[in-house]
This record gives sequence, C-alpha cells and structure tokens, in this order.
Amino acid sequence: MSEVLTTETIKEIDHWLSKFPVGKQRSAIIGSLHAAQHQNHGFLTSELMDAVAAYIDVPKIQVYEVATFYSMFQTKNVGKHEISICTNISCMLRGSDEILSHVEKRLGIDVGESTSDGNIFLKQEEECLAACTGAPMMMVDHVYIENLDIKTVDEILDRLEGKS
Amino acid sequence: MSRYNQVIYANINESNSWTLDEYLKQGGYSVWKQILSDQSNKTSEWVIEEVKKSGLRGRGGAGFPTGLKWSFMPKNDDQKYIVCNSDESEPGTCHDRDILKYNPHALVEGMAIAGYAIGATVGYNYVRGEFMLECYPRIDAAVKDAYDAGLLGVNVLDSGIDFDLYNFLGAGAYICGEETGLLESLEGKQGKPRFKPPFPANYGLYGKPTTVNNTQTLATIPKILEKGAKWYADFGTEKSPGTLIFSISGHVNKPGNYELPLGISFEEVIDLAGGVLDGKKLKAVIPGGSSTKVLPAEIIQNCTMDYESLQDADSALGTGAMVVISEGTCMVELLKRISRFYYAESCGQCTPCREGTGWLYRILDRITNGQGKASDLALLVDVAGRIEGNTICAFGDASAWPVQSFIKHYHHEFEYMIQNKGKTLAA
Repeated sequence: MSEVLTTETIKEIDHWLSKFPVGKQRSAIIGSLHAAQHQNHGFLTSELMDAVAAYIDVPKIQVYEVATFYSMFQTKNVGKHEISICTNISCMLRGSDEILSHVEKRLGIDVGESTSDGNIFLKQEEECLAACTGAPMMMVDHVYIENLDIKTVDEILDRLEGKS
Repeated sequence: MSRYNQVIYANINESNSWTLDEYLKQGGYSVWKQILSDQSNKTSEWVIEEVKKSGLRGRGGAGFPTGLKWSFMPKNDDQKYIVCNSDESEPGTCHDRDILKYNPHALVEGMAIAGYAIGATVGYNYVRGEFMLECYPRIDAAVKDAYDAGLLGVNVLDSGIDFDLYNFLGAGAYICGEETGLLESLEGKQGKPRFKPPFPANYGLYGKPTTVNNTQTLATIPKILEKGAKWYADFGTEKSPGTLIFSISGHVNKPGNYELPLGISFEEVIDLAGGVLDGKKLKAVIPGGSSTKVLPAEIIQNCTMDYESLQDADSALGTGAMVVISEGTCMVELLKRISRFYYAESCGQCTPCREGTGWLYRILDRITNGQGKASDLALLVDVAGRIEGNTICAFGDASAWPVQSFIKHYHHEFEYMIQNKGKTLAA
C-alpha cells in the first residue's frame, strides 16, 4: 500500500488497471494521474507522481512524461477551482474574448494564473472544448456551462467566491 | 418522411434516451442479438459487405470508407482490437458529445458489431478528458448496463462470442484525435503519432491488429444493419450516401447539431440554423472544422454539403462542423486564433510542424499588432507550404490549409492591415 495515495485514489487506480491486459499497466497512467490530481485538489506533486509510478510499477519517467504532455494535468500549485474559458473559433465568434477579459479583470489575474487566495485557477485553454453550438462556453471544475453572458459568469464567480 | 435526424439522432429527444430500457424499446441491440443467435447467416463477411454497400465513410474527418477499412484486418488468430475515437476536439465539432450523452447504447452496440466483423474480442472507447463529468458517466453507465443485461462479456448470450468493452479517459491533447496518437495515448504514453505504414490494421494497440473508428461512424452501424444498407444510403447522394451530423456554430441564429442527408444544399442547412445572426450578410464558412479550408460566401452558397461538392470547391466536408462567419468579422484575427491553436497543440515531434506553427502564429501576431511587413504574406504562404506534406501526421497539413485559404480568399484584408499598422478592414 502507499502512504501518499488515499484509499479512494488506490481504488480508482485499481479500477483503471483492471481494464488492461497483464503487463500493460502503463495504460493506467492517465487514469491514475486523474485520480491523484483529484485527491490533491487540482495539481500533481513529484511525490504523488512517484507514488503512482511505484503503485502501478512503471518507471517514474513514464509518469512524468504523461503528466507534462497533457493539458489537464497541472504540475505546479494552482487554485482550488478550475475555470477554462473556451476561446477557440466558434466561441470567439460569439464573444468569448469579452467573457475572458471580464473574468481576468474581476479576478485581477491573467489567464494561466490563480488568485492569490488560492481559490480560483484561470486555465489557459487552447483546445476547443467541443460545445461549439452553445458558444460562448466555459468549464468550471469540469462542468460545462454554455451560452454564457456576463451576468451568468458573474453569478458563477459569486458562487465560487462564496458570495452567494 | 422527414429527412432530418433519422439515424443516430432519431430518438435523442425522448426522455431518458440514454438508458438501456429506452434503447431496447426503440429496437436497440436487435442486430447484435441476431448476429449472436444466427452466426451462420449473419457472418462477419455479411456485416462488412452491408457496411460497404451502405457507403458509410469515416465521420471523424478523413472520410475513408468504413467497410473497406474493416476488410484490411488480417484474418488470423492474433488478439485484435476495435478502438473508438471519442476524442472529439476538431474546432467547431461537437456532435459526438451528443451521441455519448443521449445515445450511448448505439455506440456500444456499434462497437460490439464492429468487433465481431473484424474479429476483435476487446474494444476500447477513448473519450476526451474534458468529457469527464458530462459524457463519460453516460457511456460508462451504458457499458455497465449492457454487461448486466448479458450483452457484453465472455460467451455473450451463449453464442460462443466474447466481447469486452472498456471506456478510457484522455487528458487534454488535440493530437490524440489522430488515430495513431490515440493508440499511443491509450498505451499510456505521450500522444505522438506513429509513422504509417505499418497501419493500425497490422500494428495497432500493443502492436496488435486494430481498427480505429470515430464515434459517429460506429454509432451508425446498428441502424444500417437493422434497416438495410439501401435505406441508409438512399438518404444521401450516389457518391456521398447516407447522413452526417452537422455541427453548425458561429454567426447563426439557431446553432446546433443537425443530422442531415448528405448532398443537402448549403442554403437549406443555413435555413435550418435560423439564418445568419442579426440579419447580417454571410461572409464565409469553414465547412468541416478548423482544419478545412475557408470558403467565401459566394462559393459555399453554390455548394451542396457532401464530399464531392466541397472538394470541388477546394475545401472538404471534414467533420461537418460548419463555422459560419458574418460580414464585419476580421479574417486576420480569426486566422491568428486558428494558428495559435495549432501552435499550442502541435505535439512537437516533427520539426516543420513544431517550428512552423510558431512562425505562422508569430507572423500573424505581428501583423495584428501593426508591425507586419510587406513580405509577411509571402512568408506565411512559404512557411505553410514547408509544413504541408512534411510531417508524420495530417496535423501539419491542417495547420497549413487555413493559412493558405484565408490568404487566398482574403488577401486584401491582410494587405490592408499590414499597410495600415494593424487596422482592420472588416469593422
């Protein structure tokens, strides 16, 4: 057993391991990192990555390679709540840039940064989030919110900031 | 009979359309059960022939004939895999998301049938990471319910056929939508595409024979076999048979996903989407996702939405993701956004793409910042040309085509901005 990974995370990793043939446990790295990151409120540490590598029995470097390649994994401390505002073409045409500017101004941070109280992480999102027919949209803690306007965005931020 | 929403989307407005009960009520799993109980008539060859006759082509963007792709799988006893590409992320495209959410059992049944056709006893469905809370629970519940109903697993319904199906969750990388990048990712590696050949049919997941199909492609299979290849083919044209789900986004009054017969006129599609937003004039359309070439209004208005017509117009049907652009939109800014995306998402494996996409973005950035040079347009076209055709996968081409087509059709807007220190002509 691991001292770093919680029972819940171990259970989740075992679930991923069960999907692949014997000897192909490397396939479980992505799922395991999702679980480890969730346990740590949104970002991975070396300790967590090493614990995943040890638990599923793969070289550490294979875990680091994955953690640094995929945009959903954060390897430095970020805010507890993650906001991704899609600014790809369909959203851009429907006003996503105004939404993003508004959020940056209100939070007092640039995209890619977290608020100083560690509450909100405004992720730099380059990939289209595949909700183009509901543009503009954003993702808050992995929940899709579509057809945004400034009022809706403010209500969501109020909620995240504990004001409503 | 209506020509709209007749295949995968036929029942997605029913309440609980995603449940096993509802799917069974609509005749779901009837084909899979027929195959299981009557393998001497419903042979794997029969399945592949029907799919060939239906004219179904890969709906992930490349449009490769599905039945033909299946027939490339070797006929030996090796472990084989069927893999579904649910890593939907081509900018403008969001119809697989609705399949996963509202008709997941069509995909489960489609994968089981595809597995039977190619001799695969194991399937993986690769779902993009961002769908973690929205689509993934639906498709995962569908797989679980199918197991519980005895429709998946070892010796399914005493047929002697084994088929195990697993869902996989990605973690945010556009390149994993490329089929060999996806296989690398499924193996737990960085999603860097492989050299082809060997193709996945010979060397796929874990080096075993593998077929990778898109979500929409596989979810179409049960209906084709239930109602017949001809029924499906007849929706479309002779050369582009069947239907396609169009994601219509951007400047339209009713953006949405519409499952429509191939060969439908552009005009009819725009009408369905409620016309151009705010009564403005149409300026341009990116017809099949950001990787396809932009078409000005005067060209697309004479097109029908099918493989041939859009190819003749020097673009492509792609994923059927139509991004509609109205008058007043700055094409330089729009191209800059597209190029930023390709720059950010290049996997970095091939030098022309890794370096070239950065060049494209930085040149466009300086043009919009008022620092463009007279020679920049030629430079953009030159760099794009040096990426195109010089990379392992089609991502390089996809980064070049928007640049080439935007500059070809909107040369004057780029020139004006360079000459006027970043001022747009479009406002």
